[in-house]
Amino acid sequence: MSEKIEMIECPVTLSYNFSAGAAPTRFLRGMKDGRLTGQRSPLTGKVIVPPRGACPESGLPTSEEVALPDTATVITFTIVYLPIPTSKLDPPFVVAKLVLDNSDQTFILLVSGCANEDVKIGMRVKAVWKDQSEWDYSMDNIAYFEPTGEPPVDIEALKTRRLAEARQYIEKKAGSK
Amino acid sequence: MTQAGSAPAPDTVLRAGFDVGFTYTRMVGPVIGEFLAGLRDGQIKGIKGSQGRVICPPTEYDPQTAEECTEFVNLPETGTVETFNWVQQPRAKHLLQKPFAWALIRIDGADTSLLHMVDAGNEAKMKRGMKVKVRWAAERRGFITDIACFEPA
Repeated sequence: MSEKIEMIECPVTLSYNFSAGAAPTRFLRGMKDGRLTGQRSPLTGKVIVPPRGACPESGLPTSEEVALPDTATVITFTIVYLPIPTSKLDPPFVVAKLVLDNSDQTFILLVSGCANEDVKIGMRVKAVWKDQSEWDYSMDNIAYFEPTGEPPVDIEALKTRRLAEARQYIEKKAGSK
Repeated sequence: MTQAGSAPAPDTVLRAGFDVGFTYTRMVGPVIGEFLAGLRDGQIKGIKGSQGRVICPPTEYDPQTAEECTEFVNLPETGTVETFNWVQQPRAKHLLQKPFAWALIRIDGADTSLLHMVDAGNEAKMKRGMKVKVRWAAERRGFITDIACFEPA
């Protein structure tokens, strides 16, 4: 008798033809040129990035494009210790939710360039871009974000300030009608 | 995220291939494990149900009485097509890259049926009740594809 069979590999793969849609296409064209571009909500003035073409609060179309810097604040993060099948990343590594400066929506990206233990909520970070020859229509053009060395930001204060600015935007718009 | 190819026209929406995959490894348990080991060794195995019925592919419990099944029986490489569905245009992931049938095949000596492919060449050759026999894969490793397909007997 030969060996027993106890386990089988049964991977499941779905092959999509992914259509980015109009707004993400504009965003990805910007990425190809090394630019981060958000879109402003016509209701709240909040800047949405990556843009989906509509304001998530009002559903209104977002047509105003806003050029954004490649600096950001760490809102929250996790240290990944387990290898992810198909991922080229060697654990442990840090995955963080960042909010780009002048924007109002978090992004999930890698933070590196420092010890994992040194990543903190409120840390200031900046994009490390891959070599321009590698740029494609992709978020992967940014290899990771690294600390800028600036003092940390109080994220509650940041949130309060951005929400206050949104309220002012709404009031100003109501006043101008 | 996505990888686009050559520069598309400025007004077109970007598109790209995008694969979502899950790398499952599955425990097969003692009964399916024995069935798969049988396939690797070139032997189709069924299991006796509590009322003497032979179940193939084997199950751990009798589907009617829920009693545990333990007695394996060796079955021949031949069977009968109970029902089938003809695939005129195989998709990329189908193992047969030519027209074929998905069929429920009752292995001779079994009382239940097994889902597999029949390579009959064309649809006109497929009939309910037709006799088929196993075409073994060139290399067997303990997997359902150790049976490459069935073919008319």
